Amino acid sequence: MTNWDRFLETFFNAKMMARYLPDILQGALVTIQIAGLVIVCGLLLGLALALLRSIGLRPLNLLIVFVVDLFRALPPLVIIVFIYFGLPASGVKNWGFIATWLSLTFVLMAFSEEIFWAGITSIPKGQWEAARSTGLSFGQTLINVVLPQALRLTIPPLTNRTIAITKGTALASVVAVGEILGMASSAVSNSYNPSPLTMAAIGYLILFLPLVVFGRWLETRMAWKR
Amino acid sequence: MLDTFANAEIARQAWPILLAGLGNTLLLSVVVVPLGLLGGLILSVTATSFHHPLVRYPLMAWVDFFRAFPPLVLLILLFAGLPFAGIQITGFACVCIAFFLNTGAYYGEILRAGIESVPSGQTEAARSTGLGRLQTMLFVVLPQAVRNVLPDLLSNTLEVVKLTSLGSVVAMPELLFQARQAQSLTYNPTPIVLAAAVYFVLLWPLVRLLSRLENRALAARK
Repeated sequence: MTNWDRFLETFFNAKMMARYLPDILQGALVTIQIAGLVIVCGLLLGLALALLRSIGLRPLNLLIVFVVDLFRALPPLVIIVFIYFGLPASGVKNWGFIATWLSLTFVLMAFSEEIFWAGITSIPKGQWEAARSTGLSFGQTLINVVLPQALRLTIPPLTNRTIAITKGTALASVVAVGEILGMASSAVSNSYNPSPLTMAAIGYLILFLPLVVFGRWLETRMAWKR
Repeated sequence: MLDTFANAEIARQAWPILLAGLGNTLLLSVVVVPLGLLGGLILSVTATSFHHPLVRYPLMAWVDFFRAFPPLVLLILLFAGLPFAGIQITGFACVCIAFFLNTGAYYGEILRAGIESVPSGQTEAARSTGLGRLQTMLFVVLPQAVRNVLPDLLSNTLEVVKLTSLGSVVAMPELLFQARQAQSLTYNPTPIVLAAAVYFVLLWPLVRLLSRLENRALAARK
């Protein structure tokens, strides 16, 4: 047996791969669930905070800025570990899943609020004044005039940030969630063969590579305005 | 409530353990940030110096490959996979390799955008005064490129420092790892709360600075 054969036998063992493929697929489903929940909840919360901030109440704004700074400064893994081990709800079913979901949602909320807010503030004051003078209310101006222009500007940085944070779903394996990496790790320790891990790596590439390429495409497409 | 989350007695006991962890986190950051920058520099300078598609596309694929890979997966793949290939490797070496590959790809993208933002007239003028290609890159193009993408570079550096918490998964005794050790010894989450507070105090100034820089950058883009 040559070295190359031995390498294939170890890392691309067909028997092992076939045996653990169902596990990895099941894990992929969990990864997609967490990712979907995080993206929807995080972006909506971020937008909501940015809109609240545009009202301009000083105490409220200070609070929003503090929360945003907090979740930008803390490593996601620290937040997950804190919620998982710290909060006294460890008896709840699927607590690891919930802890990961909450943590990444808060992180994405913080980063997307910053980006949405930067987009809103980049709209010239004249737009506000013109819209208000035609009789639109504050809310109407914000939703119908400012946001459509602001969102355009925020799409490329928002996409890249969302992808980067969504990759954090792999952190769920640290708090015993059976997503791709968690499934693969336990498969490796059960079978004493690293092939499931190779499969997991391929699985992540299948999930995230299209997103990264899409983000790159979006960035070049939207670059005309700079 | 206070007894559980901010137990003064446990905090006092855990403090020296956490402090050792903080030292390791800082040490790790001082190693992996330059390592990632080096990787990014190699990628970006190569990509912008050779315009041949045979150089450009493989580099782009390399960068996208490592940007699509969650860093934790890369780290576990190295840490759990390499021993099967007969390579004995420490957690620290795994972290270094993983960060070189992962954060190098991110830094590479940022620096490439920076280098491309410097007008080609700068290169032409420098070359016509007799500077070599390397000299032009080092003394004329790179300083301007770095200045143009400074917010992004800082933002990525913040992410890298935060990412060192992944070291806890491969038993690197950094801040989070130490906090979890202390927590499992005392059956009390206070050390984790304390570790989170340390991270926050350490990184908050950088977050504030970035938030200012980013707002300014996006407003100027109009």
